[in-house]
Amino acid sequence: MAAATGSRPRVGLFVTCLVDLIRPRIGFAAAKLLEDAGCLVEVPSQTCCGQPAFNSGDRASARAIAEQVIAAFEPYDYVVAPSGSCAGMIRVHYPELFAGDPDWTPRVEAFCRRVHELMSFLVDVIEVERVDVIFDGTVTYHDSCAGLRELGVKTQPRKLLTSVGNLSLAEMKDPDVCCGFGGTFCVKYADISNAIVEKKVVNVVATGAPTLLAGDLGCLMNMAGKLQRMGKTVAVRHVAEVLAGMAQEPAIGEPAKAKRP
Amino acid sequence: MTLRVTSPQFKENARRALADRQLQKALGNVEQNFIEKRRQVAAKLPEFDLLRDAARDLKDHTLAHLDLYLEAYERRVTAAGGQVHWAVTAEEACGVVLDICQRLGARLVTKGKSMISEEIGLNDFLLSHDIAAVETDLGEYIIQLRHEPPSHIIAPAVHLNKEQIEADFRRVHTGFPAERNLEEPTSLLAEARSVLREKFLAADVGITGANFLVAETGTSIIVTNEGNGDLTQTLPKAHIVLASVDKMVPTLEDVSLFLRLLARSATGQEMSVYTTFSTGPRRAGDPDGPGEYHVVILDNGRSAMLGGEFREMLRCIRCGACMNHCPVYHAVGGHAYGWVYPGPMGAVLTPSLVGIDKAGHLPNASMFCGRCEEVCPVRIPLPKLMRHWREREFERHLSPAAMRWGLGLWAAFARRPRLYRFATRIAMKMLSLLSLGFGRFRWLPFARGWTKYRNFPAPEGVTFQAAWKRREKKA
Ligand code: SF4
Repeated sequence: MAAATGSRPRVGLFVTCLVDLIRPRIGFAAAKLLEDAGCLVEVPSQTCCGQPAFNSGDRASARAIAEQVIAAFEPYDYVVAPSGSCAGMIRVHYPELFAGDPDWTPRVEAFCRRVHELMSFLVDVIEVERVDVIFDGTVTYHDSCAGLRELGVKTQPRKLLTSVGNLSLAEMKDPDVCCGFGGTFCVKYADISNAIVEKKVVNVVATGAPTLLAGDLGCLMNMAGKLQRMGKTVAVRHVAEVLAGMAQEPAIGEPAKAKRP
Repeated sequence: MTLRVTSPQFKENARRALADRQLQKALGNVEQNFIEKRRQVAAKLPEFDLLRDAARDLKDHTLAHLDLYLEAYERRVTAAGGQVHWAVTAEEACGVVLDICQRLGARLVTKGKSMISEEIGLNDFLLSHDIAAVETDLGEYIIQLRHEPPSHIIAPAVHLNKEQIEADFRRVHTGFPAERNLEEPTSLLAEARSVLREKFLAADVGITGANFLVAETGTSIIVTNEGNGDLTQTLPKAHIVLASVDKMVPTLEDVSLFLRLLARSATGQEMSVYTTFSTGPRRAGDPDGPGEYHVVILDNGRSAMLGGEFREMLRCIRCGACMNHCPVYHAVGGHAYGWVYPGPMGAVLTPSLVGIDKAGHLPNASMFCGRCEEVCPVRIPLPKLMRHWREREFERHLSPAAMRWGLGLWAAFARRPRLYRFATRIAMKMLSLLSLGFGRFRWLPFARGWTKYRNFPAPEGVTFQAAWKRREKKA
C-alpha cells in the first residue's frame, strides 16, 4: 500500500518517554505500521511531552519542554505518538500553555493540528482500511481516557483489529472507564488507584480473553502489573504490537524468551 | 459554625472508606443506578448536547451580569411582599435565619433539602439556640438520625444500605410495634412520612433550598421527588429560602432549559416528580401559603470566584452527574472528601470555599480521566479547574517537598535531551539487569506506591532512541 515515493508524508514519531525507556518494541511496531501505510518515519531527539509537569501544576517546566518538542518536530508533515495521553497533551493542552502569547500562538496552533494519536492517524488521516496480519486468539480492548475523551479514539483501533486474520474481539464491561493509572496519581494515591485498577482487571478477566490490548503504555503497565500480582495469566500488549504482527514477542512484564542452554 | 473540614485527612478518610464493606456495597449501587439511567434518557433526547451548550452560554451570560439580575430579583421579591437578605458569610446567613425564628417564637423548624444549609451548618447552630430543625427529605432525615453529613449532593444517604436504615428506624422510632415489617424501601418511606407528618403540622418555620432563583419574577424553584418541600414551605408561619448567588436565572423561559437538563443528568428522569415555584407569601384569597417569605442569599466566597479562573464552577446546577460518573467517588464515597461537596465538583469548589491549604488533596486525587466533564450538563471543564488548583499550590509551594524535588530533577533532565538520552540509556540497562530476567519487579525502592499493589514491568534494556539509531546505521 506504499504511496509514490515523492508524495510520502514525512512523519516525526513521538515515541513517548515510557515507550522509549520501558518497551521500545511498541515504537518499532508503530514505525512499521506507519511505514506500511506509506509514511517516511523519522525519530528526532526527544525526551517527554511535559505532561507530568503540566498535571503537577508546574506550567513553567511544561512550557519549556513544549517549546523544545515543537522545535524538534515542527519540520515534519505529521507528528504521531503511540499514546492518546501524550498526543492529547500536545494537541489539546499545548495551546493552553501558550494562550495569550501572540508570538507563539499561531505557530503552536499550526503545529498542534498536525499531531495525532497513532490509531486515529492511521484510520482518520491516512485512511488505512485494514492490516494484513494474523493473530490467533481473542483480545479485549481498553479505551484509555485521554485518547477516548480528548481525541475521540474509539472506533479506529477496533476497526483495524477486526481486520486482523483469526482475531476475535470480546468487549469487556465498561471498557471506557479509567484503569486508575492517572500518571503520578497511581503512586500519590496508591490505595485508591489500586481499588480502581482492581475493578478494571476483574472486568478484563471476566471476558475470558487471554490478551488485553490498549493504546497507552501507562495504562497497560498498570493493568499488567495488577493482573500479574493477582496471579492472572492475561497477556497485555499495546494494540500496535498486534496490528504490526509483533505479538510473538514477550508481553508486558513477561520474561524474555528462555535462552537456549 | 460550619461543618468541620476533614479534607486534610483525605488519605486516611479514603483508606477507611476502602476498608468499609458496608460502604463499598452501597457505593456499588451508585455505579449501577445512575449511569445507565442517565445514558438512556439522554439518548432519547437528540438535542441533549445542544441544550448543554445553551445552558453553558446562558449561565455565562447570567454570571457576567450577576449584579443586575440580583437587583432585579430583589425588586420582584419585595414587590411580591417578600424580603431578600444578603449574607456575605455563613455566620451572617445563620444569624438572619435565627433572627426570623426568634421573632416568630419558633421552637420547631422543618426543612427541605438544602446544600447551603449544610454549608453554613444551620442545624447545629439553631439547636445551640434551642430551636429544633427537622429534615423532611427522606435521605436528609436518615442522615440526621445518624448525625452524619450528606455523602452526595442529591442522594445524601447513598452511602447506606437498606438494612442500616432499618436498624436506625427501629432504634429511633420507638413508638411503633417492634415486629413491624420494614423489608421494603416503601415501608421505610411510609414510616418516615408518618413521623414527619406531625412535624409538618407543628412547625413554626419552613426552610427550603432553591434550585433556581428567577430574576424576571422573583420566584424561587425547588425540584424534589417526595413532595416534602411543598409541605415544608406552605404550612408554617414563615418560609425561608436559602440560596447562593449562583442560583440566578434570568427568566422563567430559561428555567425550562435547565429543568430539561437537571433531572436527566441527576437521576435519569425526564422530570423530577415535583417542581415547586414560590413567589412571595400568601396573598389575600390564597387557600394556603406562609405568612412571611424570606430569601437569604449567601455569597460565602463565590463573588471572589467570579473574577478569577474558577468562575466556570459557578455554572454548576448541582445535578451530581460528575460524582455519579467518577471512579474516585465510586471507590471512596462522599465522606472521604471531608466537607459538604464531594466528587469532582467538590474538588474544585471546596478549595474555593474553605481554602486550598485545607482542601489541597481534593484536586490532586484525580486521574483526569475526564468522565465528569463529559457528562456535566453545563460543560464545566472540571479537570482543567482541578489543574488550576494544582498550579496555585505549586506557585505557593504548597505541594509536598518530595514531589517538587522529584519533578524538578525530572524536568531538568527532560529539558536536556543529550543528557537525558545518556542517563536513561544507562539507567534502563541497569534496571533491566536488576530484573534478573524475570521481566518484572515485585518491589522497587523508588516506586513503592506502585509495587505495593502491582508488579512493575522490567524495561527491555535498550532505549528506543538508541535502538533506532542502531537500526538507522545498519540501513
Ligand atoms: S459540576 Fe456539572 S456535573 Fe457536577 S454537579 Fe455541577 S452541574 Fe452537575
